[in-house]
Amino acid sequence: MELIKRFLVRAFARFEAVFEYAFGQRNTPFACLGALGWYFYWIVAATGIYLYIFFDTGITDAYASVEYMTHDQWYAAGVMRSLHRYASDALVVVVVLHIFREFAFDRLRGRRFFAWLTGVPLLAFIYLCGLSGYWLVWDQLAQYIAVATTEWLDTLPVFGEPIANNFLNSTTLGGRFFTLMVFIHIFGPLFMLLLMWVHIQRHSGARVNPPRPLAIGTLGVLVVLSLVFPAVSQGPADLDVVPAELGFDWFYLAAYPLLDFVPGGQLWLYVFAAFALLAVLPWIPPAKRVPAAVVNLENCNGCTRCFDDCPFSAITMVPRTDGRAYESEPVVNVNQCTSCGICAGACPTSTPFRRSGPLQPGIELPHRSIANIRDELMAGADKARVVVFACDAGDTDKLEQGGTKVIRLPCVGMLPPSFVDFVLARHHAAGVMIAGCAEGDCHHRLGNEWTIERTARRRDPYLRQRVDERRLCLSWLARGSSRRRQRVLDEFRAALSEIDDE
Amino acid sequence: MNRVVQAFLYAAFAAFIGYLSVAPAYQYADPELAVIKLSLNHAADRVEQCTKLTAQQINERAMKGEPINECERARLPLTVELEVDGTTVLSLAAVPSGLWNDGPASVYERLAVDAGVHTITARLRDSARETGWDYEYSEEVDLAPGRYFTVTFRAENGGFAFR
Repeated sequence: MELIKRFLVRAFARFEAVFEYAFGQRNTPFACLGALGWYFYWIVAATGIYLYIFFDTGITDAYASVEYMTHDQWYAAGVMRSLHRYASDALVVVVVLHIFREFAFDRLRGRRFFAWLTGVPLLAFIYLCGLSGYWLVWDQLAQYIAVATTEWLDTLPVFGEPIANNFLNSTTLGGRFFTLMVFIHIFGPLFMLLLMWVHIQRHSGARVNPPRPLAIGTLGVLVVLSLVFPAVSQGPADLDVVPAELGFDWFYLAAYPLLDFVPGGQLWLYVFAAFALLAVLPWIPPAKRVPAAVVNLENCNGCTRCFDDCPFSAITMVPRTDGRAYESEPVVNVNQCTSCGICAGACPTSTPFRRSGPLQPGIELPHRSIANIRDELMAGADKARVVVFACDAGDTDKLEQGGTKVIRLPCVGMLPPSFVDFVLARHHAAGVMIAGCAEGDCHHRLGNEWTIERTARRRDPYLRQRVDERRLCLSWLARGSSRRRQRVLDEFRAALSEIDDE
Repeated sequence: MNRVVQAFLYAAFAAFIGYLSVAPAYQYADPELAVIKLSLNHAADRVEQCTKLTAQQINERAMKGEPINECERARLPLTVELEVDGTTVLSLAAVPSGLWNDGPASVYERLAVDAGVHTITARLRDSARETGWDYEYSEEVDLAPGRYFTVTFRAENGGFAFR
């Protein structure tokens, strides 16, 4: 499994580098595949509502109404129809990429299983909605889908009389199944929306909108595609005629040709097995159980910063229980905490400058305490020219050489900005580099975003004003970018030398 | 950020979506062939024929709350055969539906054959007889290329129907 993931990570790294070059790190589509999925969903929903106004839901008139939209009202309903189709196809593309990427970057195991598991039925719903949509056009492709699907369904030991009999010939054709499809095509997406909402429930501040430039660009390109290459029907359905050659939407129908070679029952088995495998992937192999963050009430003033910054909604604020004069205290839901440590980075008491008593912030990770990080920093840091606070998920293995001290954290969002001040003010090194995941693509969702905000003094806890920003380097790079990371470090070291020479 | 590469990637995305949404075409069937669809749903005789009770016996049993049939629920499998120009192209035994095998048996098959004039014979056995057929129908038909020819069965309409 690790080998597959490593291969996929490399493949994504190469592919994404091109997109990053073109779109910039913040707007690259790969950093917001989920949000793009939401975006395409809304395009499909909005265009679908418009199309429904002109669509005749009776099987005898459905084709004619779609033809009217496509040809007589090509400038509005025709474009909407094309957009409806192309956005649906794009939805499949981004969802498939989203699945592979989350798998490759191991964002599904342990306490992160929830989003993955709730995403599996979503995939089935996308196909249900897509196939029912093609059915409604009632052209030759719809006829093929109707016959092939009902024949395939008949291989399940569920139906008494074969449901394919509904499409035996033109005399047996009834509107019963068609009405069912209309119903599925309307209520399926509504149920899908509910599932999408559940899917992101354990993500605080989930990104459901892609960056604006990307949203505009994507919509623009789909509109152009709709105008240049409009979606058209493939001749009216005729159940007495065999549809010989079909223009196929491979995004939705790729599995159907398999029915020519594999018995329907066997194909069901493969489909169920594939979905079952997808569903259990978060436990293959089971993730090492990492302790959740713990609250030290004696050092907590209930400021809510940990609550605000937790990317997985694992912290809730409840009324104070220790009788102290603060309003609330944080409680960590151990089943949702991914042990990223971002809460410790947000805590105002996580400061290495503290001298009175042991360094124990209001909230922290028991296995990677703030005191532990300070000790690691102090041990031999004076010999280092640059201290690198690096994300565990990044490629930072090769950085630790020649006067560079690398301190690894579960996420760079765990680093309180006071550590940067501490390194520079106490002359533990000439510069500090914070090396995290690519912008907008933090392994723990929001770590790099919060770090950027904190070091830019826009979010609590702020980086102190006295810190010379020239001695701080923020490096946000995707996995598989170890050479680029090294280059950034070399450039930073050179810049530090110039500063020292001034 | 590079606008040219961006434009290229958008165009590639559009081409990818636009092309795979209709192409490559899928060849579902040979347009030169005709397709015979055989579909039927019929309940065969019971494995054991029910004893015919008199009206008085039925009455007595009903009064006592006893079952008014004296036979097993299970039905025989349907034996179906389809012949084209004297060659058997389909021969199967369809199992009755239901947990107790007491429901009708269904058959749904699709067969591609050369277009042209053929003699098609459909046969069905729904009783315990070991030889011969309970229903048989034969007709010379002209099958047009690229069209379906359906063979259906309704016992109440006298058996097989060709269309």
